[in-house]
Amino acid sequence: MTTPVTSRRAVARAASPPARRRRSRGGATSGAALHRPWWVPLLWTAPAVAVIVGFGIFPFVNTVVLSFTDARPLGGGGSWVGWENYARLLTDSDFWLATRNSIFYAVVAVPLLVVLPLVLAQLVVNRIPGIGFFRTAFYAPVVASMVAVALVWQSLLSERGPVNSALQQFGLISSPIPFLSDTTLLLLSAIALTVWKGLGWYMIFYLAALANVPRELYEAAELDGAGPVRRFLHITVPGVRLTMLLIAIMSGIGSLRVFTEIYVLGGATGGLGGQARTLPFYIRDTALDPIAGNAGYGAAVSVALFLLTVGLAVLSHRFGSEKEEA
Amino acid sequence: MSIVESSPRRTVGRFPRRTRELIVRYAILTGVLAISIGPLLWQLSSSLKGPGEALFGTEATLLPQDPSLAAYATVFEQVPMALYIRNSLIMCLLTVASQVVFPTLAGYMLSRRQWRGRRVFYWLLIVSMMFPFESIMVSLYLQIRDLGLVNSFVGVWLPGAIAAVNVLIMRATFAAVPDEVEEAAMLDGAGEWRRFVRIYLPAARGSLVVVVINSFIAAWDDFLWPFIVLRSEELYTLSLGLARLSASSLSFDPRVLMAGSVIAIVPIMVLFIVLQKHFFKGVESGAIK
Repeated sequence: MTTPVTSRRAVARAASPPARRRRSRGGATSGAALHRPWWVPLLWTAPAVAVIVGFGIFPFVNTVVLSFTDARPLGGGGSWVGWENYARLLTDSDFWLATRNSIFYAVVAVPLLVVLPLVLAQLVVNRIPGIGFFRTAFYAPVVASMVAVALVWQSLLSERGPVNSALQQFGLISSPIPFLSDTTLLLLSAIALTVWKGLGWYMIFYLAALANVPRELYEAAELDGAGPVRRFLHITVPGVRLTMLLIAIMSGIGSLRVFTEIYVLGGATGGLGGQARTLPFYIRDTALDPIAGNAGYGAAVSVALFLLTVGLAVLSHRFGSEKEEA
Repeated sequence: MSIVESSPRRTVGRFPRRTRELIVRYAILTGVLAISIGPLLWQLSSSLKGPGEALFGTEATLLPQDPSLAAYATVFEQVPMALYIRNSLIMCLLTVASQVVFPTLAGYMLSRRQWRGRRVFYWLLIVSMMFPFESIMVSLYLQIRDLGLVNSFVGVWLPGAIAAVNVLIMRATFAAVPDEVEEAAMLDGAGEWRRFVRIYLPAARGSLVVVVINSFIAAWDDFLWPFIVLRSEELYTLSLGLARLSASSLSFDPRVLMAGSVIAIVPIMVLFIVLQKHFFKGVESGAIK
């Protein structure tokens, strides 16, 4: 399963407006009559239906069922245990720590990923000389592999790394900052990496949205003497509000899915004693360890993760529509 | 555009306001540039530094003083890099092939034809996108296990072989093809498959480029799922191999580690730079909207 593709799942959902749906339904006049022979469309769509149902929808139903069992990753187990796994969740301090870390991740990363890419898009939206180069360069981290760039960041942020030595050289700090060993700093470093790699990706969405903000508004505001900052706050931001909401949801769900950043920056344990583990990290550890793994319990954690993503989407939506009224 | 062109006469200081704005803009752009590609350049420079050169600390220089490919030689000698690259390429080709072929067929039927089950299929796509991969991976693993696909490329590929979002992208793309074009072809007596190949596929070129790039990057980049499915090192993809490298004793020389990660980034950068014109065009024409 592929990371960017799944993280883009939310996009299409939110980005397929009902208008387009309706248009396409009635739009293909040639399709007004039922296709003949009837089985041809089924044949053409069969592989997609099979994969989407088998590996997109069934697994969720199965996860819910599994969460009431004690299934093991190597087979065996799988007998019904009722609410036992959920009862265990409530008192599992590692689970709550992972939940807290994941929420912290989203709370810090989402505002940054909503605002910074918009500023970036505003900077590259106009066709000034060389802008193609800047756009491509800003997109480069999106294309680079996460494990590879995480290794670079690990070197950059290590005790003797360039960041610490630069700060020491300027006399800002006397001893190196433990970016990768202190749990909170590790989480913040991972967030910085996520944001750095996500900037270009979300910038693209804003570029598409900015294309729909009428140019005349900027000209009028300029004639009124509004500077770049005021034009940004009073024209750009209101003009792309829906995209901001979309990106809040996308980046929020993305934050709850973080695994690789913590794994590479914090090591295989997920920070000192697993203190920096996120929920996906914890799911992998509890459910899929071949020896001690408990897929049933991991499934219960998975359901919790799913509920958290739903909660976050609802929250963003509520927050977004409140802003609209204000 | 407009900000640059229509110039009010008002000037503050030495330059007209719009020139000042332009200068500030380029200054900020350059600053952001340093942040976005600085780490990548540092990585490249470090990987090329000779064994005697400092990577960290005050003696470290920006550019290699004594450029050497020694780190690359080490990484290929000590680690089965070529094998990792081959495995990654296999995963990418499998994924790109299935992500191009099946979503195209399904997207066409979904947008251009009426058939029983069409709306159900559409809603299945939408519903399937509600579940983040990480929240269903436990079940996916058990399914792959029951199919006997643990520790195989097919096991890594299958659950992500067809992404709902790509079906929706192709659906939107085909829906935008004007009806008249197809009607003309119908009068010529072209069969459905011919019309699909000769009319619809060429019309979807922009979206297909986006789909190809996105699925290639995704498969190349993927870590958690192959990490769960693959056990033996002969099947490791580059991402897994790199993580392994960083945990090994070779990582004591950052040059080697950086050389390894450069190798993981370069192919995908090349692909992107070659296709980027089409990519940004595809994006602007609404392929991801």
